[in-house]
Amino acid sequence: MKALVWHGKEDIRCDTVTDPQIEDPRDAIIKVTSCAICGSDLHLFHNFIPAMLPGDIMGHEMMGEVVEVGSGVNGKLKKGDRIVVPFTIICGECEQCKRGNFSVCERTNRNKKLADKVFGHTTAGLFGYTHLTGGYPGGQAEYLRVPFADATHIKVPDGMSDEQVLFLGDILPTGWQAAVQCDIEPTDTVAIWGCGPVGQMAIRSAMLLGANQIIAIDRLPERLSMAEAGGATTINFENESVIERLNELTDGKGPEKCIDCIGTESHVSLGQPDTILDRAKQIMLMENDRPHVLREMIYVCRPGGILSIPGVYGGLVDKIPMGQLMNKGLTVRTGQTHVNRWTDELLGYIQEGHIDPSFVITHTVSLEKGPEMYKVFRDKQDSCVKVVLKA
Amino acid sequence: MMMEKISNIARSPGDPKVINTGPSSFGASDRMARNLGWFSLGLGALEIVAPERITRALGMEGQESLVRAYGFREIAAGMLSLSVEKKAGLWSRVAGDGLDIATLMAGLRDDNPKKGNVMMALMMVGGITLLDIATAQQVTARHATPTRRGACTMTAPAIRRGCRRRAVSPPGRGARRRLRDPGNSCLRLSASRLPPENIRAGTGGGLLVAGDVGSGRASGYELQGYRM
Repeated sequence: MKALVWHGKEDIRCDTVTDPQIEDPRDAIIKVTSCAICGSDLHLFHNFIPAMLPGDIMGHEMMGEVVEVGSGVNGKLKKGDRIVVPFTIICGECEQCKRGNFSVCERTNRNKKLADKVFGHTTAGLFGYTHLTGGYPGGQAEYLRVPFADATHIKVPDGMSDEQVLFLGDILPTGWQAAVQCDIEPTDTVAIWGCGPVGQMAIRSAMLLGANQIIAIDRLPERLSMAEAGGATTINFENESVIERLNELTDGKGPEKCIDCIGTESHVSLGQPDTILDRAKQIMLMENDRPHVLREMIYVCRPGGILSIPGVYGGLVDKIPMGQLMNKGLTVRTGQTHVNRWTDELLGYIQEGHIDPSFVITHTVSLEKGPEMYKVFRDKQDSCVKVVLKA
Repeated sequence: MMMEKISNIARSPGDPKVINTGPSSFGASDRMARNLGWFSLGLGALEIVAPERITRALGMEGQESLVRAYGFREIAAGMLSLSVEKKAGLWSRVAGDGLDIATLMAGLRDDNPKKGNVMMALMMVGGITLLDIATAQQVTARHATPTRRGACTMTAPAIRRGCRRRAVSPPGRGARRRLRDPGNSCLRLSASRLPPENIRAGTGGGLLVAGDVGSGRASGYELQGYRM
């Protein structure tokens, strides 16, 4: 089969690979019909997330049709079912899964011992990601083996298109969880850094959750336009001071809720000198991430506020102003998305017409064009916001 | 393919393995940038470790500190050329080439017994400068991010939809008004279909009310979810 394979930094190739096989009775194989390139795929593309190996298949946003099921799936899936595959692999039985903390499932990371050593305790297995999270082959391929398939799936109701439901596997619940974590009140101003796909979903989620004012921060006009169309007031950080503008929009008090949809790769520019220092440290392996947004959120957030961090961070960060964080009494909430915690209600919203996440798609191409689209997406060329690949 | 085969040790028997490789996202100019980056690191290391050998060969004794400083400059340019910011690395190499040429020109004195070596070095640096410029131009063109300020000139259909319906409300309090634009096809998230009394159901935390852990289900507009 064809698959997009990681061969090293900035080197993704459309390779011919062997077909996946059922390994465990709880496995299923799907024929991928649609998959997408996620912003966090770019962190792998840039080799900022440790423990990728040449030959790893990319992709953690995918859906398709079940073509083979193991004997232990117990009738929960059958051939021909259309499913969206959440990026977090879940057993559905461990203590964390029972609590709804699916992204820290205790049983699905097949490199648990390594993860225990690195993270302290393991997280869930993830598709198309680092070997710290199991090194499971991803879904930017023609076929995908879904481990723990009896729990790790979202069934697609009849009559719904791929584009309507594909993002249930990652960016929609990620934006939703980011907003839910903010405990949004009717009087709240929610500031959202980053108007990429997750940021767009977070804007719409905050709106649905009743925020009084949503402020979206980015530098790319097309993304800011999309944010405005979603109801946000926008700040282009290349043209104006984020902190001054946020204070201006909140009567000098700062936003109550702040969401970081950027993560490890803050834009490096002369206007943000700390990003230059962070980048230099990154190159010299003295720091893993560029936490400019975290610093800015801590500084500008209203005392007693909440910082929600869906953006991916990979390791160690420097110069986090803990004094400001502590003295202002800020609450920090973060984590990979507990996808299946939210999918039923989000699927309901899609069915009822409240949300159609397909608005974010700007490019639909064949899988073979995937390597080129990684470059286009990374370089923000051709107004690219979200790429969907058709296998 | 060697690395891919070695890394198969970390995979399970049912995982797909690479048979043939296809087209890459890493272009020829990217590869050249990487090669120049490694060249910079090598030259920089030589300049730092053995500057006296370089100055002796060029008849420019006494310039060891300068050569060592150039070595650190080469290392920095090399690391940048190997990083994601290869454009900056390559253009800094071009600037460094200019410095190298200026320094070598100073060695083209008639009383320099190694004038021939200096001439040869100048020719080499000149050639590398041309290669640096060509690669920097190619990489810059290949990875150019269009910068459009102000006017919306985007091509993608979803963005055009969004821009046509670009809201003009003053910043601040108008967000939810814009959301209720029934024709906003870019949004398609209709709060007007969520009656305010239901949006604010429950106590305190807004839309979500404390529910049993693990329930996480929607029931019409009456949401039961997780209070974080």
